[in-house]
Amino acid sequence: MVDTAVERRAFADAAAALGCGLGVALGLVLALKSTDPVMAFHGSLLALAGLAGGLFILKSSFGPDGGKPADDEDYLDGPIKVATIAAVVWGIAGFAIGDFIAWQMAFPALNFDLPWTSFGRMRPLHTSAVVFAFGGNALIATSLYVVQRTCHARLAGRWSPYFVVWGYQLFIVIAGTGYLLGVTQSKEYAEPEWYADLWLTVVWVVYLLVFLGTIARRREPHIYVANWFYLAFIVTIAMLHIVNNLALPVSLTGTQSYVVFAGVQDAMTQWWYGHNAVGFFLTAGFLGIMYYFIPKRVERPVYSYRLSIVHFWTLIFLYIWAGPHHLHYTALPDWAQTLGMTFSVMLWMPSWGGMINGLMTLSGAWDKLRTDPVVRLLVVSVAFYGMSTFEGPLMSIKAVNSLSHYTDWTIGHVHSGALGWVAMVSFGAIYCLVPWLWKRRGLYSLRLVEWHFWISTVGILLYITAMWVSGILQGLMWRAYDSLGFLQYSFVESVEAMKPFYMIRALGGLLFVIGGLIMAYNVWRTVRGDEPVDAMEQPRIAAAPELRPVAAE
Amino acid sequence: MSRKDIDEVTGVETTGHEWDGIKELNKPLPRWWLWTFYASILWSIGYWVLYPAWPTLAGYTKGTLGYSQRATVAEEVAAARAAQGRFREALGATPLEQVKDNPELLRFAMAGGAAAFGTNCAPCHGRGAQGFPGYPNLNDDDWLWGGGIADIHQTVRFGIRSGHGESRDSQMPRYGLDKLLDEKQVADAAEFVLSLSNQGTDEAAQARGKETFAEQCAACHGEAGTGNAELGAPDLTDAIWLYGGTRAAVIDSIRTGRGGQMPLWEGRLDPVTIKSLAVYVHSLGGGQ
Repeated sequence: MVDTAVERRAFADAAAALGCGLGVALGLVLALKSTDPVMAFHGSLLALAGLAGGLFILKSSFGPDGGKPADDEDYLDGPIKVATIAAVVWGIAGFAIGDFIAWQMAFPALNFDLPWTSFGRMRPLHTSAVVFAFGGNALIATSLYVVQRTCHARLAGRWSPYFVVWGYQLFIVIAGTGYLLGVTQSKEYAEPEWYADLWLTVVWVVYLLVFLGTIARRREPHIYVANWFYLAFIVTIAMLHIVNNLALPVSLTGTQSYVVFAGVQDAMTQWWYGHNAVGFFLTAGFLGIMYYFIPKRVERPVYSYRLSIVHFWTLIFLYIWAGPHHLHYTALPDWAQTLGMTFSVMLWMPSWGGMINGLMTLSGAWDKLRTDPVVRLLVVSVAFYGMSTFEGPLMSIKAVNSLSHYTDWTIGHVHSGALGWVAMVSFGAIYCLVPWLWKRRGLYSLRLVEWHFWISTVGILLYITAMWVSGILQGLMWRAYDSLGFLQYSFVESVEAMKPFYMIRALGGLLFVIGGLIMAYNVWRTVRGDEPVDAMEQPRIAAAPELRPVAAE
Repeated sequence: MSRKDIDEVTGVETTGHEWDGIKELNKPLPRWWLWTFYASILWSIGYWVLYPAWPTLAGYTKGTLGYSQRATVAEEVAAARAAQGRFREALGATPLEQVKDNPELLRFAMAGGAAAFGTNCAPCHGRGAQGFPGYPNLNDDDWLWGGGIADIHQTVRFGIRSGHGESRDSQMPRYGLDKLLDEKQVADAAEFVLSLSNQGTDEAAQARGKETFAEQCAACHGEAGTGNAELGAPDLTDAIWLYGGTRAAVIDSIRTGRGGQMPLWEGRLDPVTIKSLAVYVHSLGGGQ
């Protein structure tokens, strides 16, 4: 009898090995043919990655378990573990670089007069590291975990999930080393050049297929709300990424390219992308995290199914229009500014729908806020989400924006969302995931989570209050005129006035980095298999599903 | 749903589905949420009626208020111009030397000059015009190119070594780089230059340097080293040093010839602003 499972598996192995071979060939061509040293370097990275992947596949294919068909009953968690660890590692790198450039703002000598450590290269390294490397890995890890559990199905594809995770890491390394070596297309949050963009497109399409394939083979009749959000995030990011990065390379073996848009169209495309990177990457995706990990961790039903539907569709529909609010009082036509502003204001309640559903899910379990710091991380993240999504529409109103735009207020707003919402909800999810994935009885230490929570919270508060004061001060100084109609302050004076706030901000950032290091230590000890030091204090849900004590129901 | 599933804690019915242990309550939308959402939509519609909003095939809906961002900016700029118009006209018509005799005009020129200085000059000369190495202090009475108000006006208009035909220009030779003097001669000359401000230590070197100075430097800096504002040649007898007064810095000055630049502002700033800048800078300290 021909075993089709074995055949399918052999076919998958062959196709994956072939793909790796292609990667090696392409990488070698670039490494050897390119006169651009950065392209040659990135070509060799691709070749090495292809080689490592190919060897791994062959080893597994011809290894002792080579002939055995995959057990379709098991969940596939290997790639998720990789992405979880990657989120922790990249997160700390991204936070640390961010804090470094925060100190640079207060003490410019820290630029060291070196191109690689200059603010201009470090800043995209920071934003990409935290948004795409930390946030992206947290999203990939949680989405692949959640979609399997809530669909009750193993991930689609034999090697594709591995390709998604490792391919994404390769993208991060290519993008990051590119920035350091001065390769950028100068689009904010879309700095990687054309070839890195193409690579990410391939990875992302495979990610979409894996996700859709898993949903397609689900054994639950309905698709859980977290998966709607994840899917919206994956689909929309694909669209945004492709359109905003349309560019013509100068040469197929060179790093440089020209963006196809120009002038105000380019600005509008960029902020359509930029705003929806916030909307779909940093909001929709992380709402997916919230919708699984909060009800799961507090063991309570989601507050309102109806609210989840209505706020999902309104959020998805309204977000995509709001980009022009980044271009108030510019060459962008008045009508586009109006639409950007009004859609941002209408977005307020759809955003808060997620907050309500997250917070109210604690009905009947509010005591867990006191006893479980992981719950506190998750819930405080939702509170920050609510605050940021009120502040955002407020700042999109033109009268407010004329004061806030180009000031540190914007930076503070971004970080109350990024540190308060995105990072905190990710921390909460990581603390849930690690014992579940590595089959431990709980985290190494829940008390360290308590420390992490308080240190980061104080850090965030220092950060955003410093930026509020500094931003509003800046805005007021820039618009102050004397009685004769002359500017009251020069720009340099406004820069001088920022210094104390820059120092407070950098201090807040430092606390956040320290919090991240505490998490890394805790994760490492848990993964290593050390027995929890405070097992008695941990809720039963902290343990991996198969190790949970049976609830006294 | 055949079988009702009630959440015990809240007493609310669930939707009957369960995913990995997670259920959802069948709660209605919060009223306040819904009404606030409706209100934000109504507010937006109202805004669309009043302001330019929706693109059409022929352009866009203009809104009933007739608002235009460009027109508003133009109006505000015109209003600001008009408010300053009287002073600007008077300042433009008044000869530079006579501005100080009219208190109202002087106040206007000082305010405008200070604002323009903060934006355009402070990045190099410092917010208090205190200067930095290579960028002169404008508060003292030591002027490379003359400290009269007309001199300052000329400097602001055309800059220094800016490449403009009217620019102040001179070039100290690069004695070391171009091998016009050997290293020892440069060091000796530096020793003599330092002795002019009573900082010399080596009398033999000073004596040798004195000869070099007389041959090479005196033509511009003067026999006594007191400088020449016609040529932008600094006074070497005081304690004010543009590039530093240490031995190493003086040697470096002789080696490289320095030759700092200042951009011209004619054409970048309007004549009245440049005039205000001259009045302001002249007032700072040692305006002659």
